Amino acid sequence: MKPFTKHTGLVATMDRANVDTDQIIPKQYLKRIERTGFGEFLFWDWARLEDGSPNPNFELNRPEVQGASVLVARRNFGCGSSREHAPWALEDFGFRVLIAPSFADIFYNNCFKNGMLPIRLSEQQVDDLFAHTSKYSNYQLTADLETCHLGDTHGMDIEFEIEPFRRRCLLEGLDDIGSTLKHEDRITAYEQKSGGFKNGR
Amino acid sequence: MTAKPRTLFEKIWDQHVVHTEEGRQTLLYVDLHLVHEVTSPQAFEALRLAGRTVRRPERTLSTVDHNVPTTDRSLPIVDLVAKQQIDTLRANCQEFGVTLYDIHDPRQGIVHVIGPEQGYTQPGMTIVCGDSHTSTHGAFGALAFGIGTSEVEHVLATQTLLQDKPQTLELRVDGALPPGVTAKDLVLYLIGQITTDGGTGYCVEFTGEAIRALSMENRMTVCNMTIEGGARAGLIAPDGTTYDFLRGRPEVPDDFDAAIRRWQQLPTDAGASYNKSLLFDAAQIGPQVTWGTNPGQVVAIDQCVPRPGDFTDTTDQKAAAAALQYMGLTGGEAITDVRIDRAFIGSCTNGRIEDLRAAAKVAQGTKVADHVDAMVVPGSGLVKEQAEAEGLAEVFQQAGFQWREAGCSMCLAMNPDKLEPGQRCASTSNRNFEGRQGKGGRTHLVSPAMAAAAACAGHFVDIRDWS
Ligand code: SF4
Repeated sequence: MKPFTKHTGLVATMDRANVDTDQIIPKQYLKRIERTGFGEFLFWDWARLEDGSPNPNFELNRPEVQGASVLVARRNFGCGSSREHAPWALEDFGFRVLIAPSFADIFYNNCFKNGMLPIRLSEQQVDDLFAHTSKYSNYQLTADLETCHLGDTHGMDIEFEIEPFRRRCLLEGLDDIGSTLKHEDRITAYEQKSGGFKNGR
Repeated sequence: MTAKPRTLFEKIWDQHVVHTEEGRQTLLYVDLHLVHEVTSPQAFEALRLAGRTVRRPERTLSTVDHNVPTTDRSLPIVDLVAKQQIDTLRANCQEFGVTLYDIHDPRQGIVHVIGPEQGYTQPGMTIVCGDSHTSTHGAFGALAFGIGTSEVEHVLATQTLLQDKPQTLELRVDGALPPGVTAKDLVLYLIGQITTDGGTGYCVEFTGEAIRALSMENRMTVCNMTIEGGARAGLIAPDGTTYDFLRGRPEVPDDFDAAIRRWQQLPTDAGASYNKSLLFDAAQIGPQVTWGTNPGQVVAIDQCVPRPGDFTDTTDQKAAAAALQYMGLTGGEAITDVRIDRAFIGSCTNGRIEDLRAAAKVAQGTKVADHVDAMVVPGSGLVKEQAEAEGLAEVFQQAGFQWREAGCSMCLAMNPDKLEPGQRCASTSNRNFEGRQGKGGRTHLVSPAMAAAAACAGHFVDIRDWS
């Protein structure tokens, strides 16, 4: 897993609730068997016009947010399917930090596995970020996972919460499987205790 | 000393803890891992690169469902990218020794239909799959939830998962569902009430008379859509209905009665408490139709499409306005006036035999409206066989429905079954997201009977008035 410690980047906003993974990466791009290269298909149906050219009205196509790496959206971001292609696409596109009042569980989980930091803030705090982004040009945020602080250069500084274990894994870029396999004897002991498959519970 | 009363969820959780330590996620054992072609290739590839193996191939079952064509299976697959994914799964299963119900296997079907059908899905188990609708298996009192591809790899390699313990949410539905109101209507209603993120962070247990009265197939419909309310898992306590359904299926324990005695220990103890409980009255529920672009945007068939101004919260107002625009609706129109172009009966929500029976009963002796293109896609090869044996296939075909091979089909339109831009569909699937059934397509989620009735009438109809 890719580590995440601290990131500063340009902010893009999506003023939409319930952005689902079908929008983040439409199914026609799920047929690939690779993990990379999904960025160009991010939000395809919203980002492209009928003829495949960029939709100028789509928020992430605006010139001022090109190169953005922090995304601020409304509640229940990433709902729907479990497809990890969604965080793959966001990451490949350049996003490292996602901020919303809430994220769907599976999506939230998937972000950590890909070195991205999803930050939950209150509705009010997210409103403020929307306001700041439209007030200041080239608005940037810094997310510091060491201290769990989110700040800008205009004096904003807020603390965010993250489960300690997830935080540590992300900071250290821990290999989940490697660390689980350190407990292999425990897994084996569990299996011996619980019996075979067909006649186990 | 008597043990502390526990919920069904807590019992399953406790029983599967392999390791727990302060400040870490819990390492949970996985009894059954279901695998399909779309979310697994990257996991197998990573496993191979790391020189790892599948720890318990016998606890892993795979099939092809998302991508497969539902037309004549003796023909080659035209979509070469889809074919590559199917071939990749086949090669991976062979290399790692995993059972695969391949495209020509009569047991092939949607991953959440075949697990229960074969008796792999059993009470008290932990079940995962790289698919959010894994919640379906909760109908058997199994803790079942969807995972991402990195977690698929983790389970393949270790047969465990790192998990944070969710909170528990009881959704209790008292009373009896009125005639014409099905499990699909019940769950759509519940999602409308709790909203699409009301269950986030929770494991739901459905309780109450209305739930107990449901058949296994209907319980699966309810648990299937738990994820649409934000909860990863939904549980229903096992009981006689569960055991009757499972008895005699190929993969159940040999000593079935001993298994029942174990399973009988699972239901929530008297005096156990949930983190949150919500109470509903089944008698209040009518047949449901979604009008928007998420499953929580739903009304009863005898109501009107809402207007953005009907919502108080500004985010909801914006969402409603965007949804209405996408759906080509203005708000204020009666749902029964909404005309459809397509109908889809199938998916892991409503592609089982009882669903097909309910739809066939409506279609019997009538015809699909001239302007409607309707298709029925069984959830598995065995469902298809049974429907043919019972004469349901004939009923559908005579009424003008297309009768297809098993798969996910137009639930997510990864294969050629899809809506054209602007087409409106009455669908028995679980997601009405923008473009879910084809770019620009407009999906209204309904029960199988309501979908069949809409196909024949050409617009939505109140199934309670159907004769
Ligand atoms: S039928 Fe639809 S929801 Fe179910 S597994 Fe297939 S694509 Fe997913």
